[in-house]
Amino acid sequence: MREFSVFDIMGPIMIGPSSSHTAGAARLAKIARKIADDEIKEVEFILYESFARTYKGHGTDRALLAGILGFDPDDERLPRSFEIAKELGLKFKFTESDKEAPHPNTVRMIIKTSDGKTYDILGCSVGGGNVLLKEINGIEVEFTGEYETLITTHIDKPGIVAAVTKVLADCNINIAFMRVYRHAKGDKAIMVIESDQPIPERAKEVIKNIDGILNAIILNPV
Amino acid sequence: MYQFNYGYELLELTKKFNKPISEIVMLAEQERTGEDLEVIFEKMKKNLQVMREAINKGLNEDIKSVSGLSGGDAKKLYARIVIGNTLSCETMAKAAASALAVTEVNASMGRIVAAPTAGSSGVIPGALITVARKFGKNEDDMTKALFTASGIGIIIAKNATLAGAEGGCQAEVGSASAMAAGALVELMGGTPEQCLTAAAFAIMNLLGLVCDPVAGLVEIPCEKRNALGALNAMICADFAIAGMDSVIPFDEVVETMYRVGKAIPSALRETAEGGLAKTPTAMRLKKEIFEKEKRGD
Repeated sequence: MREFSVFDIMGPIMIGPSSSHTAGAARLAKIARKIADDEIKEVEFILYESFARTYKGHGTDRALLAGILGFDPDDERLPRSFEIAKELGLKFKFTESDKEAPHPNTVRMIIKTSDGKTYDILGCSVGGGNVLLKEINGIEVEFTGEYETLITTHIDKPGIVAAVTKVLADCNINIAFMRVYRHAKGDKAIMVIESDQPIPERAKEVIKNIDGILNAIILNPV
Repeated sequence: MYQFNYGYELLELTKKFNKPISEIVMLAEQERTGEDLEVIFEKMKKNLQVMREAINKGLNEDIKSVSGLSGGDAKKLYARIVIGNTLSCETMAKAAASALAVTEVNASMGRIVAAPTAGSSGVIPGALITVARKFGKNEDDMTKALFTASGIGIIIAKNATLAGAEGGCQAEVGSASAMAAGALVELMGGTPEQCLTAAAFAIMNLLGLVCDPVAGLVEIPCEKRNALGALNAMICADFAIAGMDSVIPFDEVVETMYRVGKAIPSALRETAEGGLAKTPTAMRLKKEIFEKEKRGD
């Protein structure tokens, strides 16, 4: 039988009206902001299925933008995210898609950062405020953001996984879940490691210097 | 040691350790997470604060939902209470107005506690805070009652569902009402058995309630059903404290709720394809909101 915390039942504290269309949307975008890991200049949200049809009635648009601004799902600034983004000079746009998506509540976030990079992140809000990240820059992934998560971008070649996990083992970090995803053999790949303990910044720096690693980021539980 | 899956197990634990439901639920949480009891208690107290803030906001401010479909009704009812003109007694009317207030705040993108869901977020605060105020109960008493409510919610989540999409409104407002009923009984000094009897009555009264939100939004009829859920909790708590027996035990009522939920057609489980959502007026409203979205107003 599934285990529940009292705070799964009495909670979360959130900005309404919908845990999937508002709280989940804010969490998805907050994770995307962390993946971009830099000042965001511009964002386009492409909304699919239920998100595309009902986003204004549920405030999904404001919640998404609030997440990009780094606000939590219970932050009372969430309904004013449009105004706040405008003040900060952050450009944003919402596009409705009539294409099919992996889940009724799906959004693609195309993020441009101040150092000129573009991130393309696809995620779904799967109910009760829970989310699933499905795609980063064209590479299929799957993680929830509920754990401390290390995401590396690297070249698909032997030894990378061993080198990264050795760094974590040296820091006495237990890996809860781990998966490797790639475009094609020898091409760019993504590794997602979810851990039971916080991953220290210094571990990230060591991992970044491993030969073949292009980037590494740490997401604290969102 | 303190874990439970069913109502009867929870009752056995209360007997074995001679503690109320709230304490068993707290100890179970501590056992599962390893966190200090104080930390767990303070976290729950925060939920209570957010509930109270939402009630105050909804009763006193001009609320309008994001869609424009609802808002301001809690304030209207509150005005009648202030001049002493409601048909229901003051406590009942206040509980109803408070439940409405929270759900209106939810629909207007205000801050609430999902209890157990955002769509049923008004029931527990409406009933609990109103009754506690009437009988001079303090912050700690109310916080304890929220643990009692959570324990009941955990049993429902394990053996049935709390999602309208799965079980209809009975799973959301019905569950919230059962949680509130049990919480009220403990708050008023009733026994653990009476807590679960009240919870059983609450679900029995709302069994079969469908989820048919107009335009798919958690507003009509959800807000008023939250008020009903709060009042139902109070009546059912009174039933149990008066010594009535639900005849069908709590665990069997929970199982029944799940079975009934499965029998409710999908059109009446949050898809907005049946019930009130399918009326000509609802279809027109949906179209208006939908077109407003298309135009980008």
